[in-house]
Amino acid sequence: MALNNHKQLKQLKKHIKTSLAVSITSLILFSSVTAAELSGNVSLEGRLFTTDPAYPKQAKSGGVSLSFLPEFKHKWDGDDQQFTFTPFYRWDEKDDERTHGDIRQLDYLVSKGDWEYQIGISKKFWGVTESQHLVDIINQTDGVEDLDGEDKLGQPMFRVSRLMDNGSVDFFVLPYFRERTFAGQNGRFRTPLIVDADAATYESSSEEKHIDYALRWSESFDELDLGVHVFKGTSRDPDLTLGLKNGDPVLVPYYPQITQFGLDLQHTAEDIIWKLEAIHRKRKGDDYSAAVGGFEYTLPALTESGTELGLLAEYHRDSRGEVANAPFQNDLFFGARLALNDEDSSELLAGVFVDLDNSTKSLRLEASRRIGNGMKLNIEGQVFTDVDKEDPLYTFSKDDYIQVELQKFF
Amino acid sequence: MKIKLLLATVLTVSSLGLYAETPAEKGLKIAQAADVSDQGFSDFTANMVMTLKNRAGKTSRRIIRIKTLEGKGDGDKSLSLFDEPADVKGTAMLTFSHGLKPDDQWLYLPALKRVKRINSRNKSGPFMGSEFAFEDLGSQEVEKYTYKYLKEEACGSGWKCHVVERTPAYKYSGYTKQVAWIDTKEYRPVKVMYYDRKNSLLKTLNATGFKQYAGKHWRPATMAMQNHQTGKSTILQWTNYKFKTGLNNRDFNKKSLAR
Repeated sequence: MALNNHKQLKQLKKHIKTSLAVSITSLILFSSVTAAELSGNVSLEGRLFTTDPAYPKQAKSGGVSLSFLPEFKHKWDGDDQQFTFTPFYRWDEKDDERTHGDIRQLDYLVSKGDWEYQIGISKKFWGVTESQHLVDIINQTDGVEDLDGEDKLGQPMFRVSRLMDNGSVDFFVLPYFRERTFAGQNGRFRTPLIVDADAATYESSSEEKHIDYALRWSESFDELDLGVHVFKGTSRDPDLTLGLKNGDPVLVPYYPQITQFGLDLQHTAEDIIWKLEAIHRKRKGDDYSAAVGGFEYTLPALTESGTELGLLAEYHRDSRGEVANAPFQNDLFFGARLALNDEDSSELLAGVFVDLDNSTKSLRLEASRRIGNGMKLNIEGQVFTDVDKEDPLYTFSKDDYIQVELQKFF
Repeated sequence: MKIKLLLATVLTVSSLGLYAETPAEKGLKIAQAADVSDQGFSDFTANMVMTLKNRAGKTSRRIIRIKTLEGKGDGDKSLSLFDEPADVKGTAMLTFSHGLKPDDQWLYLPALKRVKRINSRNKSGPFMGSEFAFEDLGSQEVEKYTYKYLKEEACGSGWKCHVVERTPAYKYSGYTKQVAWIDTKEYRPVKVMYYDRKNSLLKTLNATGFKQYAGKHWRPATMAMQNHQTGKSTILQWTNYKFKTGLNNRDFNKKSLAR
């Protein structure tokens, strides 16, 4: 990694600072906390792109990346109180923006009878569907991590929950906003113009210090699991507007204020599961709705050893139509999940997204298995075909890839 | 009134031993008696070490902590917390078991912090790649089977056992039948033989090292499952049993999966 320009040097300094800060914080915290349990993983990842990049300066064939995710956990008071610290750091050979650190979790949780309180940085997942996570709004997406959007940045929060027999009501105060991460100019999976994430603008004059609120009720009624929520605050999904950086055109994220109402519903029968997520979002001068729904059907065991096959189909709808910066406005997802149920937990998930308006297709494959007692091998790949020039996925259409990741857990 | 009278007569006659009990009735009675003998445990926690052994003798290990709450009017609730292998550490499973109705089950995936309701079609599938199927480890409610008493014979360490054949009454079982050895004195399940869908012997479970907890409840220290068709085996070792720890419904809320 030759430090041949000022920007890289600055970046490196920033990262050294981040990791130093993280290590010092951890040292201070854990010298005072005894019997903290340490677990986590170190991962080595290699990516191979099968075609030349679409835009200048993008990395050609792929590269390697290393990530570290330790978790310190301390529980006391009969597990009613706990403290968790999970820093994260990734080094990426090719993309400076993907080389980044984050505090995934640094929080204190106390549960007393019917009440649960949480304060600090953490992550909350909402939702039921597999091919898109529409209602999941608490955390910002760590966009440089993976295409699937399932990696999230730690969100500062205060949560109080009231537990009922078969559900709970959660109230969140979110005092600080996290900006989405975007690939740098050497990175793949980017727009033709790079996104200058540091230049982000906001509708709210409080910018990232705007206090967001969320309320969610979730309950299970026999075979039905229901969740409804309302969120008021800064949208996690930015609009990208044209701007300038050192005289060069760039895209600048703009984070509007929104109010979102959402629903997630799952009906679980013995062999078929029905799922639905829907949102309605209001913002200044613009309202829209989106939904994703479908089913997962489990076939009888294929072999004596218990090999299991599940078939999935989910339909996506977005009232904004093709102009939306969301790629799933009238799309269908089909998938198959194969689980060998063997000693090594071998699993395979293959799926395809089809845009019903312009026939753009994107095929995705994920496979994993355990190696020995503490290692895991993950393979994933994605292929974009028949991509329409107007489709939001068009900017990724030269980014077909295969990724191999080896994780060591401790 | 007439029916009541008739019922009373039948009960009187049967208790006098004049009425011959069918094998089905006797089998059910034993299952009910076994169920009653373990009632009132309130809750228990225990640690489980699972050792999987393949035909070549290679072993691998799973460590799971179990919390169970006794059901009142319905099946038990249980929470399984996975500690090993390291890649599944933090994974947790919450099960509300029922009689014939399928169990409700939620899985917590720590990497995504996602609670996922899962279905129970493949209850015949292996639990974490072991020789124990999900249905072997589930709460054994009386209504889950129909019974047939076979015989009485010596078993365990000088005990006498009822030998009862039981046929799963729930959907999607991997077995045509199970033959269970239950000791006549304390109703300890000593041995179970499992017959696959083709009705050939698939597995044998042997439970040993029974100890009594809270003055009433018998639990084995070791459960060894041998698969006769593949030559693979799994040994379950139970430690640190604690009864009446004061767990309640709130400890079996979906939220508790993430703790």
